[in-house]
Amino acid sequence: MSFLFPYLLRLADDRLVLGHRVSEWCGHGPILEEDIALANVALDLIGEATALYKLAGAAEGQGRNEDALAYFRDAVDFRNVLFVELPKGDFAVTIVRQLFFSVYSLLQMEALSKSTNAELAGVAAKTVKEARYHIRHSAQWVVTLGDGTDESHARAQRAVNDLWRYTGELFLADDVDREAAAAGVGIDPSTLADAWRTQVTEVLQRATLTVPTVAYMQRGGRDGKHTEHLGHMLDEMQIVARSHPGASW
Amino acid sequence: MVNRAVPSRAELFALLETVKDPEIPVLSIVELGIVRDAVATDAGVVVTITPTYSGCPAMHEIEQEIRAAFADQGLGSVEVRMTYTPAWTTDWMGEEARAKLEAYGIAPPGRRETDDLVPLRRHAATVRCPYCKSLQTERKSEFGSTACKSIWVCRDCRQPFEEFKAF
Repeated sequence: MSFLFPYLLRLADDRLVLGHRVSEWCGHGPILEEDIALANVALDLIGEATALYKLAGAAEGQGRNEDALAYFRDAVDFRNVLFVELPKGDFAVTIVRQLFFSVYSLLQMEALSKSTNAELAGVAAKTVKEARYHIRHSAQWVVTLGDGTDESHARAQRAVNDLWRYTGELFLADDVDREAAAAGVGIDPSTLADAWRTQVTEVLQRATLTVPTVAYMQRGGRDGKHTEHLGHMLDEMQIVARSHPGASW
Repeated sequence: MVNRAVPSRAELFALLETVKDPEIPVLSIVELGIVRDAVATDAGVVVTITPTYSGCPAMHEIEQEIRAAFADQGLGSVEVRMTYTPAWTTDWMGEEARAKLEAYGIAPPGRRETDDLVPLRRHAATVRCPYCKSLQTERKSEFGSTACKSIWVCRDCRQPFEEFKAF
Protein backbone atom coordinates (compact mmCIF):
# COMPACT_ATOMS: atom_id res chain seq x y z
CA MET A 1 0.00 0.00 0.00
CA SER A 2 2.67 2.46 -1.06
CA PHE A 3 -0.03 4.99 -1.96
CA LEU A 4 -1.37 5.25 1.59
CA PHE A 5 1.23 7.59 3.08
CA PRO A 6 1.29 10.07 0.16
CA TYR A 7 -2.50 9.96 -0.07
CA LEU A 8 -3.04 10.76 3.62
CA LEU A 9 -0.25 13.35 3.50
CA ARG A 10 -1.93 15.44 0.79
CA LEU A 11 -5.24 15.38 2.67
CA ALA A 12 -3.45 16.62 5.77
CA ASP A 13 -1.23 19.19 4.01
CA ASP A 14 -4.24 20.89 2.37
CA ARG A 15 -5.83 21.38 5.76
CA LEU A 16 -2.76 22.40 7.74
CA VAL A 17 -1.69 25.03 5.22
CA LEU A 18 -5.20 26.45 4.85
CA GLY A 19 -5.71 26.30 8.62
CA HIS A 20 -2.55 28.33 9.13
CA ARG A 21 -3.64 30.89 6.52
CA VAL A 22 -7.02 31.31 8.23
CA SER A 23 -5.33 31.57 11.63
CA GLU A 24 -3.47 34.64 10.35
CA TRP A 25 -6.75 36.52 10.85
CA CYS A 26 -6.59 35.98 14.60
CA GLY A 27 -6.56 39.48 16.10
CA HIS A 28 -7.17 41.05 12.66
CA GLY A 29 -10.80 40.10 11.93
CA PRO A 30 -13.09 42.85 10.61
CA ILE A 31 -15.38 42.46 13.64
CA LEU A 32 -14.95 40.57 16.90
CA GLU A 33 -17.46 37.84 16.02
CA GLU A 34 -15.69 37.19 12.73
CA ASP A 35 -12.29 37.11 14.39
CA ILE A 36 -13.63 34.39 16.69
CA ALA A 37 -15.33 32.57 13.81
CA LEU A 38 -12.18 32.41 11.70
CA ALA A 39 -10.09 31.29 14.68
CA ASN A 40 -12.59 28.47 15.25
CA VAL A 41 -12.51 27.44 11.59
CA ALA A 42 -8.70 27.49 11.65
CA LEU A 43 -8.70 25.25 14.73
CA ASP A 44 -11.02 22.78 13.01
CA LEU A 45 -8.77 22.61 9.94
CA ILE A 46 -5.60 22.19 11.99
CA GLY A 47 -7.35 19.56 14.14
CA GLU A 48 -8.41 17.65 11.03
CA ALA A 49 -4.82 17.87 9.76
CA THR A 50 -3.49 16.55 13.07
CA ALA A 51 -5.71 13.47 12.88
CA LEU A 52 -4.69 12.84 9.27
CA TYR A 53 -0.96 13.33 9.99
CA LYS A 54 -1.21 10.75 12.78
CA LEU A 55 -2.63 8.23 10.30
CA ALA A 56 -0.03 9.26 7.70
CA GLY A 57 2.85 8.85 10.15
CA ALA A 58 1.60 5.39 11.12
CA ALA A 59 1.22 4.43 7.44
CA GLU A 60 4.75 5.60 6.67
CA GLY A 61 6.17 3.60 9.58
CA GLN A 62 9.27 5.78 9.99
CA GLY A 63 8.33 7.03 13.45
CA ARG A 64 7.29 10.50 12.30
CA ASN A 65 4.42 11.92 14.34
CA GLU A 66 2.13 14.84 13.47
CA ASP A 67 4.62 17.43 14.75
CA ALA A 68 7.47 15.98 12.70
CA LEU A 69 5.34 16.07 9.57
CA ALA A 70 4.05 19.60 10.18
CA TYR A 71 7.20 21.31 11.43
CA PHE A 72 10.17 19.41 10.05
CA ARG A 73 9.48 19.24 6.33
CA ASP A 74 10.42 21.91 3.80
CA ALA A 75 8.16 23.46 1.18
CA VAL A 76 9.25 20.99 -1.53
CA ASP A 77 8.05 18.13 0.69
CA PHE A 78 4.55 19.56 1.09
CA ARG A 79 1.86 18.14 -1.20
CA ASN A 80 -0.94 20.65 -0.71
CA VAL A 81 -2.63 22.30 -3.69
CA LEU A 82 -1.42 25.82 -4.54
CA PHE A 83 -4.91 27.14 -3.83
CA VAL A 84 -4.53 26.82 -0.03
CA GLU A 85 -1.07 28.41 0.25
CA LEU A 86 -1.95 31.72 -1.43
CA PRO A 87 -1.77 34.67 0.99
CA LYS A 88 -4.91 35.36 2.98
CA GLY A 89 -5.56 38.54 0.98
CA ASP A 90 -8.43 40.75 2.05
CA PHE A 91 -11.51 39.39 3.81
CA ALA A 92 -13.20 38.65 0.47
CA VAL A 93 -10.29 36.46 -0.69
CA THR A 94 -10.33 34.51 2.57
CA ILE A 95 -14.10 34.03 2.57
CA VAL A 96 -14.36 33.03 -1.11
CA ARG A 97 -11.51 30.56 -0.64
CA GLN A 98 -13.27 29.14 2.43
CA LEU A 99 -16.42 28.58 0.41
CA PHE A 100 -14.52 26.91 -2.44
CA PHE A 101 -12.49 24.69 -0.14
CA SER A 102 -15.34 23.81 2.26
CA VAL A 103 -17.58 22.57 -0.56
CA TYR A 104 -14.64 20.54 -1.91
CA SER A 105 -13.86 19.17 1.55
CA LEU A 106 -17.47 18.19 2.15
CA LEU A 107 -17.76 16.28 -1.13
CA GLN A 108 -14.37 14.65 -0.67
CA MET A 109 -14.93 13.65 2.95
CA GLU A 110 -18.46 12.36 2.33
CA ALA A 111 -16.89 9.93 -0.13
CA LEU A 112 -14.00 9.10 2.22
CA SER A 113 -16.40 8.38 5.08
CA LYS A 114 -17.08 5.16 3.15
CA SER A 115 -13.36 4.36 2.83
CA THR A 116 -12.27 0.75 3.39
CA ASN A 117 -9.68 2.24 5.74
CA ALA A 118 -11.78 2.46 8.93
CA GLU A 119 -9.59 5.08 10.61
CA LEU A 120 -9.71 7.37 7.59
CA ALA A 121 -13.47 6.82 7.37
CA GLY A 122 -13.81 7.96 10.99
CA VAL A 123 -11.80 11.15 10.51
CA ALA A 124 -13.74 11.83 7.30
CA ALA A 125 -17.13 11.46 9.00
CA LYS A 126 -15.99 13.96 11.63
CA THR A 127 -14.73 16.37 8.98
CA VAL A 128 -18.03 16.20 7.07
CA LYS A 129 -19.87 17.69 10.04
CA GLU A 130 -17.39 20.52 10.31
CA ALA A 131 -17.27 21.23 6.57
CA ARG A 132 -21.06 21.67 6.66
CA TYR A 133 -20.99 24.59 9.03
CA HIS A 134 -17.88 26.00 7.39
CA ILE A 135 -19.92 26.14 4.16
CA ARG A 136 -22.82 27.79 5.97
CA HIS A 137 -20.50 30.42 7.44
CA SER A 138 -18.65 31.24 4.22
CA ALA A 139 -21.70 31.02 1.91
CA GLN A 140 -23.60 33.55 4.00
CA TRP A 141 -20.64 35.91 3.83
CA VAL A 142 -20.17 35.46 0.08
CA VAL A 143 -23.84 36.43 -0.44
CA THR A 144 -23.49 39.35 1.96
CA LEU A 145 -20.38 40.66 0.20
CA GLY A 146 -21.46 39.88 -3.37
CA ASP A 147 -24.98 41.22 -2.98
CA GLY A 148 -23.76 44.14 -0.86
CA THR A 149 -22.20 47.50 -1.66
CA ASP A 150 -20.37 48.33 -4.88
CA GLU A 151 -17.09 48.04 -3.00
CA SER A 152 -17.86 44.66 -1.38
CA HIS A 153 -19.24 43.30 -4.67
CA ALA A 154 -16.13 44.39 -6.58
CA ARG A 155 -13.83 42.83 -4.01
CA ALA A 156 -15.78 39.57 -3.89
CA GLN A 157 -15.78 39.33 -7.71
CA ARG A 158 -12.06 40.06 -7.82
CA ALA A 159 -11.45 37.31 -5.25
CA VAL A 160 -13.51 34.83 -7.29
CA ASN A 161 -11.63 35.77 -10.48
CA ASP A 162 -8.18 35.59 -8.85
CA LEU A 163 -8.81 32.26 -7.10
CA TRP A 164 -10.63 30.50 -9.93
CA ARG A 165 -7.54 29.46 -11.88
CA TYR A 166 -6.25 27.66 -8.77
CA THR A 167 -9.38 25.52 -8.32
CA GLY A 168 -8.62 23.12 -11.17
CA GLU A 169 -5.83 21.48 -9.22
CA LEU A 170 -8.31 20.33 -6.57
CA PHE A 171 -9.77 17.89 -9.09
CA LEU A 172 -6.61 16.63 -10.82
CA ALA A 173 -6.01 12.94 -10.25
CA ASP A 174 -2.53 11.40 -10.25
CA ASP A 175 -1.32 7.83 -9.69
CA VAL A 176 -1.59 8.17 -5.91
CA ASP A 177 -5.26 9.19 -6.19
CA ARG A 178 -6.04 6.47 -8.71
CA GLU A 179 -4.36 3.72 -6.67
CA ALA A 180 -6.09 4.87 -3.49
CA ALA A 181 -9.43 4.94 -5.32
CA ALA A 182 -8.87 1.51 -6.86
CA ALA A 183 -8.17 0.07 -3.41
CA GLY A 184 -11.39 1.58 -2.02
CA VAL A 185 -9.34 3.71 0.39
CA GLY A 186 -9.56 7.02 -1.43
CA ILE A 187 -11.49 8.70 -4.21
CA ASP A 188 -10.59 10.03 -7.62
CA PRO A 189 -10.93 13.83 -7.14
CA SER A 190 -11.96 14.36 -10.76
CA THR A 191 -15.30 12.71 -9.89
CA LEU A 192 -16.07 15.61 -7.52
CA ALA A 193 -15.70 18.41 -10.06
CA ASP A 194 -19.27 18.55 -11.38
CA ALA A 195 -20.94 18.52 -7.97
CA TRP A 196 -18.50 21.15 -6.70
CA ARG A 197 -19.20 23.44 -9.63
CA THR A 198 -22.96 23.08 -9.20
CA GLN A 199 -22.87 23.96 -5.51
CA VAL A 200 -20.42 26.83 -5.87
CA THR A 201 -22.30 28.27 -8.85
CA GLU A 202 -25.53 28.28 -6.85
CA VAL A 203 -23.97 30.40 -4.12
CA LEU A 204 -22.18 32.74 -6.54
CA GLN A 205 -25.41 33.35 -8.45
CA ARG A 206 -27.28 34.17 -5.26
CA ALA A 207 -24.45 36.54 -4.46
CA THR A 208 -24.91 38.22 -7.91
CA LEU A 209 -21.35 37.19 -8.75
CA THR A 210 -20.19 35.94 -12.14
CA VAL A 211 -18.67 32.48 -12.53
CA PRO A 212 -15.36 32.94 -14.39
CA THR A 213 -14.84 31.25 -17.72
CA VAL A 214 -11.03 31.05 -17.70
CA ALA A 215 -9.79 27.75 -19.03
CA TYR A 216 -6.16 27.83 -17.89
CA MET A 217 -5.59 26.26 -14.50
CA GLN A 218 -2.49 26.46 -12.29
CA ARG A 219 -1.00 23.26 -10.91
CA GLY A 220 2.10 21.86 -9.23
CA GLY A 221 1.42 21.57 -5.49
CA ARG A 222 0.84 17.82 -5.53
CA ASP A 223 4.32 17.44 -7.07
CA GLY A 224 5.95 19.75 -4.53
CA LYS A 225 6.23 22.66 -6.98
CA HIS A 226 4.87 25.50 -4.93
CA THR A 227 4.46 29.25 -5.18
CA GLU A 228 6.98 31.35 -3.29
CA HIS A 229 4.26 32.03 -0.70
CA LEU A 230 4.44 28.57 0.91
CA GLY A 231 8.09 28.92 1.91
CA HIS A 232 7.45 32.26 3.59
CA MET A 233 4.45 30.85 5.41
CA LEU A 234 6.36 27.78 6.62
CA ASP A 235 9.25 29.97 7.85
CA GLU A 236 6.86 31.65 10.21
CA MET A 237 4.90 28.52 11.13
CA GLN A 238 7.94 26.33 11.80
CA ILE A 239 10.41 28.74 13.39
CA VAL A 240 9.57 28.01 17.03
CA ALA A 241 9.48 24.23 16.63
CA ARG A 242 12.78 24.25 14.73
CA SER A 243 14.53 26.68 17.07
CA HIS A 244 13.52 24.72 20.16
CA PRO A 245 13.09 21.08 19.10
CA GLY A 246 11.07 19.06 21.58
CA ALA A 247 9.91 22.10 23.54
CA SER A 248 6.50 21.91 25.14
CA TRP A 249 4.35 24.66 26.60
CA MET B 1 1.39 -1.21 42.49
CA VAL B 2 -1.27 -1.37 45.16
CA ASN B 3 -3.04 -4.68 45.31
CA ARG B 4 -6.74 -4.36 44.61
CA ALA B 5 -9.40 -5.90 42.43
CA VAL B 6 -9.66 -4.82 38.80
CA PRO B 7 -12.43 -2.17 38.78
CA SER B 8 -15.60 -2.61 36.76
CA ARG B 9 -16.62 -0.38 33.86
CA ALA B 10 -19.17 1.33 36.12
CA GLU B 11 -16.49 2.07 38.72
CA LEU B 12 -14.22 3.53 36.07
CA PHE B 13 -17.04 5.70 34.75
CA ALA B 14 -17.80 6.89 38.29
CA LEU B 15 -14.20 8.05 38.51
CA LEU B 16 -14.39 9.70 35.09
CA GLU B 17 -17.51 11.58 36.24
CA THR B 18 -15.18 13.58 38.49
CA VAL B 19 -13.34 14.94 35.42
CA LYS B 20 -15.08 18.14 34.33
CA ASP B 21 -14.85 19.77 30.94
CA PRO B 22 -12.29 22.58 31.31
CA GLU B 23 -14.47 25.02 29.33
CA ILE B 24 -17.80 23.98 30.83
CA PRO B 25 -16.94 22.93 34.40
CA VAL B 26 -20.58 22.20 35.23
CA LEU B 27 -20.51 19.09 33.04
CA SER B 28 -18.33 15.99 33.28
CA ILE B 29 -16.65 14.49 30.26
CA VAL B 30 -18.98 11.50 30.66
CA GLU B 31 -22.10 13.71 30.52
CA LEU B 32 -20.74 15.45 27.42
CA GLY B 33 -20.32 12.10 25.68
CA ILE B 34 -16.56 12.57 25.29
CA VAL B 35 -15.79 9.28 27.10
CA ARG B 36 -16.61 6.38 24.81
CA ASP B 37 -15.16 3.47 26.75
CA ALA B 38 -13.10 2.54 29.79
CA VAL B 39 -11.55 -0.86 30.37
CA ALA B 40 -9.34 -2.06 33.22
CA THR B 41 -7.06 -5.07 33.19
CA ASP B 42 -4.29 -6.25 35.49
CA ALA B 43 -1.89 -4.20 33.37
CA GLY B 44 -3.74 -0.92 33.61
CA VAL B 45 -6.58 1.22 32.37
CA VAL B 46 -7.47 2.17 28.80
CA VAL B 47 -9.85 5.13 28.40
CA THR B 48 -11.19 5.91 24.92
CA ILE B 49 -12.31 9.47 24.24
CA THR B 50 -13.60 11.31 21.17
CA PRO B 51 -13.17 15.00 20.37
CA THR B 52 -16.22 17.25 20.24
CA TYR B 53 -14.72 19.25 17.35
CA SER B 54 -11.46 18.33 15.58
CA GLY B 55 -9.98 21.61 16.67
CA CYS B 56 -11.09 21.46 20.29
CA PRO B 57 -8.05 22.80 22.17
CA ALA B 58 -9.27 21.27 25.42
CA MET B 59 -8.57 17.67 24.40
CA HIS B 60 -4.97 17.70 25.65
CA GLU B 61 -6.06 19.09 28.99
CA ILE B 62 -8.85 16.53 29.24
CA GLU B 63 -6.34 13.76 28.61
CA GLN B 64 -4.10 15.08 31.37
CA GLU B 65 -7.02 15.39 33.77
CA ILE B 66 -8.03 11.80 33.10
CA ARG B 67 -4.48 10.73 33.99
CA ALA B 68 -4.62 12.85 37.13
CA ALA B 69 -7.96 11.31 38.15
CA PHE B 70 -6.52 7.81 37.86
CA ALA B 71 -3.22 8.64 39.55
CA ASP B 72 -2.97 7.32 43.11
CA GLN B 73 -5.69 4.77 42.39
CA GLY B 74 -3.18 1.95 42.06
CA LEU B 75 -4.59 0.84 38.73
CA GLY B 76 -1.28 0.64 36.89
CA SER B 77 -0.64 2.46 33.64
CA VAL B 78 -3.27 4.76 32.15
CA GLU B 79 -3.63 4.92 28.39
CA VAL B 80 -5.91 7.50 26.76
CA ARG B 81 -6.91 6.60 23.22
CA MET B 82 -8.61 8.86 20.71
CA THR B 83 -11.34 7.61 18.42
CA TYR B 84 -13.24 9.42 15.66
CA THR B 85 -15.88 6.75 15.12
CA PRO B 86 -18.71 7.33 15.61
CA ALA B 87 -18.41 11.10 15.31
CA TRP B 88 -19.42 12.97 18.45
CA THR B 89 -22.90 14.45 18.55
CA THR B 90 -24.82 16.55 21.07
CA ASP B 91 -27.54 13.89 20.83
CA TRP B 92 -25.48 11.95 23.39
CA MET B 93 -26.12 14.60 26.02
CA GLY B 94 -28.81 13.47 28.49
CA GLU B 95 -31.69 15.49 29.98
CA GLU B 96 -29.88 15.95 33.27
CA ALA B 97 -26.84 17.37 31.53
CA ARG B 98 -29.02 19.73 29.49
CA ALA B 99 -30.71 20.98 32.65
CA LYS B 100 -27.32 21.60 34.26
CA LEU B 101 -26.21 23.59 31.23
CA GLU B 102 -29.27 25.83 31.32
CA ALA B 103 -28.88 26.41 35.06
CA TYR B 104 -25.27 27.39 34.37
CA GLY B 105 -26.42 30.03 31.85
CA ILE B 106 -25.79 28.14 28.60
CA ALA B 107 -28.79 27.28 26.43
CA PRO B 108 -28.69 23.49 25.85
CA PRO B 109 -28.45 22.07 22.32
CA GLY B 110 -31.68 21.67 20.40
CA ARG B 111 -32.40 19.38 17.49
CA ARG B 112 -29.78 18.96 14.83
CA GLU B 113 -30.37 20.64 11.51
CA THR B 114 -31.10 18.86 8.29
CA ASP B 115 -28.16 18.06 6.10
CA ASP B 116 -28.68 20.39 3.14
CA LEU B 117 -25.52 20.55 1.10
CA VAL B 118 -25.39 24.32 0.90
CA PRO B 119 -27.74 25.54 3.58
CA LEU B 120 -27.80 29.26 2.95
CA ARG B 121 -30.52 29.92 5.44
CA ARG B 122 -30.72 28.25 8.79
CA HIS B 123 -34.08 27.12 10.04
CA ALA B 124 -35.63 29.62 12.40
CA ALA B 125 -34.34 27.84 15.47
CA THR B 126 -35.93 28.84 18.75
CA VAL B 127 -33.47 29.12 21.58
CA ARG B 128 -34.77 29.84 25.06
CA CYS B 129 -33.00 32.42 27.19
CA PRO B 130 -31.42 30.46 30.06
CA TYR B 131 -31.99 33.43 32.39
CA CYS B 132 -35.57 34.69 31.89
CA LYS B 133 -36.81 31.74 29.74
CA SER B 134 -38.03 34.10 27.02
CA LEU B 135 -38.18 32.77 23.48
CA GLN B 136 -37.59 36.28 22.08
CA THR B 137 -33.91 35.69 21.43
CA GLU B 138 -31.61 36.52 18.59
CA ARG B 139 -28.37 34.91 17.42
CA LYS B 140 -25.46 37.32 17.25
CA SER B 141 -22.82 34.93 16.00
CA GLU B 142 -22.56 31.27 15.11
CA PHE B 143 -19.19 31.18 16.86
CA GLY B 144 -18.70 31.78 20.56
CA SER B 145 -15.90 31.45 23.08
CA THR B 146 -15.43 27.85 21.97
CA ALA B 147 -16.29 26.03 18.74
CA CYS B 148 -19.20 24.25 20.42
CA LYS B 149 -21.06 27.44 21.40
CA SER B 150 -22.76 30.34 19.62
CA ILE B 151 -23.55 33.82 20.94
CA TRP B 152 -27.15 34.97 21.48
CA VAL B 153 -28.88 37.89 23.11
CA CYS B 154 -32.27 37.92 24.81
CA ARG B 155 -34.58 40.66 23.53
CA ASP B 156 -36.60 40.63 26.77
CA CYS B 157 -34.03 40.66 29.56
CA ARG B 158 -31.25 42.04 27.29
CA GLN B 159 -28.87 39.41 28.61
CA PRO B 160 -26.28 38.03 26.18
CA PHE B 161 -25.80 34.29 26.55
CA GLU B 162 -24.24 31.30 24.85
CA GLU B 163 -25.96 28.35 23.23
CA PHE B 164 -24.41 24.89 23.09
CA LYS B 165 -24.84 24.24 19.37
CA ALA B 166 -26.63 21.13 18.18
CA PHE B 167 -23.97 19.22 16.29
